[in-house]
Amino acid sequence: MSAQAPTAIELREVFKSFGKTQIIRGVNLAIGKGERHAIIGPNGAGKSTLFNLISGRFPVSTGEVRLNGADITRLKPYQINRLGLSRSFQITNIFHRLSVFENLRCAVLWSLGYKYSFWQALNGLTNANERAEEVMEGIGLTRRRDTLAGLLSYAEQRALEIGITIAGGADVILLDEPTAGMNRSETAHAVELIRKVTAGKTLVMVEHDMGVVFGLADRISVLVYGEVIATDAPAAIRSNAAVQEAYLGTTANNH
Amino acid sequence: MSTGVLRFKPINVGRYLTWGLFALLLILAPLVFSQGFAITMLTQMGIWIIFALSYNMLLGQTGLLSFGHAVYSGVGAYFAMHALNMLSSGALVFPVTLLPIFGGLFGLAFGVIFGYVTTKKSGTAFAMITLGIGEMVFAASLMFPSFFGGEGGISGNRVVGKPFLGITYGPATQVYYLVALWTFVSMIAMFAITRTPLGRMANAVRDNPERVEFVGYNTHMVRFLMFALAGFFAGIAGGLSAINYEIVAAESLSAQRSGGVLLAAYIGGVGFFFGPVIGAILFTFFVVYIATLTQAWLLYLGIFFIAMVMFAPGGLASIILMNLRVAKAGLFHRLWKPYGWLAAAGLIAFLGFVALVEMTYRLSDTGGGAMSLFGITFDVRSALPWIVGALVLGVGGFLYRLTWIRFRDQWDDIQRIIQERTA
Repeated sequence: MSAQAPTAIELREVFKSFGKTQIIRGVNLAIGKGERHAIIGPNGAGKSTLFNLISGRFPVSTGEVRLNGADITRLKPYQINRLGLSRSFQITNIFHRLSVFENLRCAVLWSLGYKYSFWQALNGLTNANERAEEVMEGIGLTRRRDTLAGLLSYAEQRALEIGITIAGGADVILLDEPTAGMNRSETAHAVELIRKVTAGKTLVMVEHDMGVVFGLADRISVLVYGEVIATDAPAAIRSNAAVQEAYLGTTANNH
Repeated sequence: MSTGVLRFKPINVGRYLTWGLFALLLILAPLVFSQGFAITMLTQMGIWIIFALSYNMLLGQTGLLSFGHAVYSGVGAYFAMHALNMLSSGALVFPVTLLPIFGGLFGLAFGVIFGYVTTKKSGTAFAMITLGIGEMVFAASLMFPSFFGGEGGISGNRVVGKPFLGITYGPATQVYYLVALWTFVSMIAMFAITRTPLGRMANAVRDNPERVEFVGYNTHMVRFLMFALAGFFAGIAGGLSAINYEIVAAESLSAQRSGGVLLAAYIGGVGFFFGPVIGAILFTFFVVYIATLTQAWLLYLGIFFIAMVMFAPGGLASIILMNLRVAKAGLFHRLWKPYGWLAAAGLIAFLGFVALVEMTYRLSDTGGGAMSLFGITFDVRSALPWIVGALVLGVGGFLYRLTWIRFRDQWDDIQRIIQERTA
């Protein structure tokens, strides 16, 4: 990726400590617009923490986070979301007592400008309803439209999780282990889904399944003990000595 | 649309029918229950319906447990009463019919002021702050007698201005219809709010506040707006009570009243829009009618509340809906008999329990002597009534256990059949 390409997400010298424990230790990362970027690394490397810093769930200790060139370091999650960044969660994070359709409608309301309206009937908001139906179709849950989200199967909940994330039309999507806990066919299905719904958008994902990572990503960053030890195209990452030693080495030996 | 989903949307006949029937019920109720006592009770039911529904905008819809909701109805009542007195003195001119709006606006204003701070937190912290504000406002009401009228409160006369079409609000029936009108309008407004972006996002905040922040909504703002709106409707209820009683005292701001509305909403069922309506009706019935029968009414209400929390956390509304589901499946005929046995056994246990409670009350209250219960006169200081009471309770309780097991088996069987049909 050339230096002049506009960046969707940029991290500059980002540090994060919980008490005395430093979890993120000076991460610099630039992700270009439209790029599919995967973050990999061993357990406890700080991948999810990094997501939480970018999306505003946790404040950074020091450093700077930029979204489409704008500083978002101190912003709240909802402010960051309004600027066009949306994320999913590793542990399914949906509205359990609302139907599938209502989950998706909740996810589109702000982006369509309805804000805190208590003078408009939801059922009359044609564009919100159509958008929710469209996303529902996209994630393959149309036949579960009126089922409470809490009653869906695990794989369906994961699909809904992605649906909620993309429904608002954000152009930067962060997916935290979207295929975690899925079997082989569910994973294949999820990969297709992700490819489809994030077309033309910037995608950043944390993922453990190397098949998914190498199949989807344009570039990969390897995070080890809170530091990015390499960022490169998949082929280059595969042959990177430092990466092999730190992370892939174990999997390579298994083959 | 690419989705190709074409949905036929007829006018929702069922909903219009429900509201129409409810309006008819409001109109006809005082004709059926025409004694003065019944009219008074119906009027209070209307006020409590608005109050309980406004409370449920917080508890049921937004997941906010408030221990200080009486503040907003109470403040509404005080300001409405002052406005009424200004009408009497000629300082203000507007019809008494619109007085509740006045209460509503002040409920809203205080909802905005206190709500902004309170709703910064949720969960336990929220509950604690509402409790604190409730105590604070109650204490303030005794500290500023010029506005609140001290212990005695302030009073007024609702018959002011020229009669409009013969309406003076002198007779209780006219006050009832005023309350009925406001109840109907407020209910429709509160129901409509549940179907707006804010109303739906309030549900989302209740279910999962964290996720709400990641779809662009500020949870504090959602909670705050719901809180302020709940204050508005509580204020309307307060304004109506000012007109109804023609007196507002510190009691209207009390923790007891805040607890009462929690009880009413919960007994009715906070998970359903109409739940608090049922709860308010039952609660008023307890407060107004059962209280005339026994001084131990609060004890019965408390026990009933505990029983609901333990055995039917969805409230009466959920019990009704579950039975309707059975009826819809055409299986209710299988429940008549088990229900009958259950009711009979429950009644026996209940009578025994009531006898023991009333005798205890009598003994501690007046030191005993002759008392009359269920048409039987006896001496509380003799052992026999106690033995009989305990025996009836014991036998009733035992029979209840037995019939409950039969009922539950039948019920579970029916639920299984319904499950299999829908699967």
